[in-house]
Amino acid sequence: MHKLSKINGHAAALRITNFDTDQVMPKQFLRGIDKSGLAQGLFYDLRFDDHGELKPDFFLNQVTYAGTNVLITGPNYGCGSSREHAVWGMQQFGFKAVIASSFAEIFYSNAMGNGLLLVVLPEDQVQALMKEADDQGAPISLDIDIESLTVRTLHHEFTFTMSARHRRMFLEGLDVIGLTLKYKAEIDAFAQKHWNKQPWVKDVARKTMDRLN
Amino acid sequence: MSAKTLYQKLVDSHTVVKLDEENVLLFCDLHLMNEYTSPQAFSGLDEKGRGVLIPGQNISVVSHIIPTHNEMPRMIADPASSLQALNLKKNCVKHHIPLFDTNHPLQGIEHVVSPEHGMVRPGMVIICGDSHTTTYGALGALGFGIGTSEVEHVLATQTLVYRLAKNMHIKINGILPVGTTSKDMILNIISQIGAKGAIGYVVEFSGSALKDLSTEARFTLCNMAVESGARGALIAPDQIAIDYVFARCPDITGEIKERALAHWASLYSDKDARFEKEYEFDATDMAPFVTWGTSPDQAIAINDSIPQKDSIKDPLDKLSLEQALRYTKLSDGQTLEGTPIDHVFIGSCTNGRIEDLRNVLAAIGDRKVAAGVRAMVVPGSGAVKAQAEKEGIADKLIAAGFEWRKPGCSMCLAMNDDVLTSGIRCASTTNRNFEGRQGRGAITHLMSPAMAAAAAVMGKITDVRKLQGASNA
Repeated sequence: MHKLSKINGHAAALRITNFDTDQVMPKQFLRGIDKSGLAQGLFYDLRFDDHGELKPDFFLNQVTYAGTNVLITGPNYGCGSSREHAVWGMQQFGFKAVIASSFAEIFYSNAMGNGLLLVVLPEDQVQALMKEADDQGAPISLDIDIESLTVRTLHHEFTFTMSARHRRMFLEGLDVIGLTLKYKAEIDAFAQKHWNKQPWVKDVARKTMDRLN
Repeated sequence: MSAKTLYQKLVDSHTVVKLDEENVLLFCDLHLMNEYTSPQAFSGLDEKGRGVLIPGQNISVVSHIIPTHNEMPRMIADPASSLQALNLKKNCVKHHIPLFDTNHPLQGIEHVVSPEHGMVRPGMVIICGDSHTTTYGALGALGFGIGTSEVEHVLATQTLVYRLAKNMHIKINGILPVGTTSKDMILNIISQIGAKGAIGYVVEFSGSALKDLSTEARFTLCNMAVESGARGALIAPDQIAIDYVFARCPDITGEIKERALAHWASLYSDKDARFEKEYEFDATDMAPFVTWGTSPDQAIAINDSIPQKDSIKDPLDKLSLEQALRYTKLSDGQTLEGTPIDHVFIGSCTNGRIEDLRNVLAAIGDRKVAAGVRAMVVPGSGAVKAQAEKEGIADKLIAAGFEWRKPGCSMCLAMNDDVLTSGIRCASTTNRNFEGRQGRGAITHLMSPAMAAAAAVMGKITDVRKLQGASNA
């Protein structure tokens, strides 16, 4: 993960509640073994028609909205499948942040772990930002400061919260696995103690497979 | 010592270190992998020169991309999907991880395969790069879905940086009426608490309505808890759960068995334990449920009608209803009974188990699939398929006009070649009715296996209780 402390955003509204990851990144784009080519799949059914042509009425296909890098959207964004491809696709398309009143849990952890910033604001503040974007009829300038945890537009300034751990991850660009591996001695000791107490959970996959084969 | 919920007991017993107020390093007893959310995790490991810390606590299953045609050996025609399966095998061989490969006789959906062979035991923490990992709560194990970066993290450390959830208690009293199942129960609950109602929570289900539910029925309940945003679902293990586990775990014997039993007996929420949110439902009032929209919470009882637009106050909810009805080509205020269907899909990690297939057979009696309807049955695993064939269920379903296919996730998310075309209306026993989920423009109605079976033989959405009434008469 790269260090990130400020996002200079161009934000637009997508008014959908419970926007699921099947729609963010449809299944036909999940067949790869790497992370490439996912920008094409982003919001595919909204962006493209049945013949694979761009739909002119979808805002992200309009010249005005080229360069949109922050999405303001409805609650429970990213619900459904655990596919991290949805996050990679948003980043490859150019998105840096999403603002909503709530996010699905797996999506939240996928996004924050990859450096796609998710900003949780109360629904009335999200609505205020959506209205500002609608009134302008073009992406609004919006700055997100991760040091001070503020979102600032021409007309609004809101503060948000995120865990100290996530904030540190953004500001310092941490390798989470590297950090956890510093606890390797503790993990090994825990595993031994755990298996002494509950020997029936030790090597459960291997032993079951050996029995079945 | 202060009172704890079952969830807190499970987290505490798996906490390696407390990282801060919100996060712990959580030890994972079992990690399941599939072919499509793991490849980039393995490449991440390789790039950084890291290995798999404890291979024997990890297992892989080829499940989502596998074709279900009745051909042996099973061949994946799509080159990209075929490469995914090969890549998973290569990674498993390299890192010594057990694998249910494409042509393994017990291959199937990860959430069906792992409990049926005794890999899920009460008190475990189980994770998988798939959101329906909540299923395992039926046996008192904390299961939850993760993303690919976390898959990489677990492979390297056998732990997760885990954000603590809040506790929700859903008590379901009464007894489910004849003709209704745990699928109807969970659709009913989700329709009331909403698709985002349990975000940030782990839900514990309890109450008299659960006492009579089999473990298989409880899997369905916990499986779909994620559709309300729940990070996990739990049911305290009782005799039904323990009998299920011991029937599948021949390795737990003697003194170890006594210790396991003693441990499992401690897996319940203490009397004074605090839940941040509590709900109560009465199963006696429940009826067969069907979804009308494009989110699992957009569901109604078969004898009810789709909400009136004007009755909805929240502007975003109103917009959702309008968007959903435009997609499903239905109107507000109308009932679902009698809506013609083109396709029936019976299967998935929600309802692809043997009990589900028995329910299908019981619902149809000696009727045949209606003219013009294509009805597919995809068993959840090789073991389910073999059992159904042994019991004669398969032959009877085939004689009734159902397609009997090979196991896999299939048309639940349509990542293999089982895909619906635009405009096709499907009665489905799966867990998600999202736009385009079963194919672009395809319309999905979620329901129980018995209700899907009734739809297959009537050619339209029907109250299964009417069929049962008729066959009993």
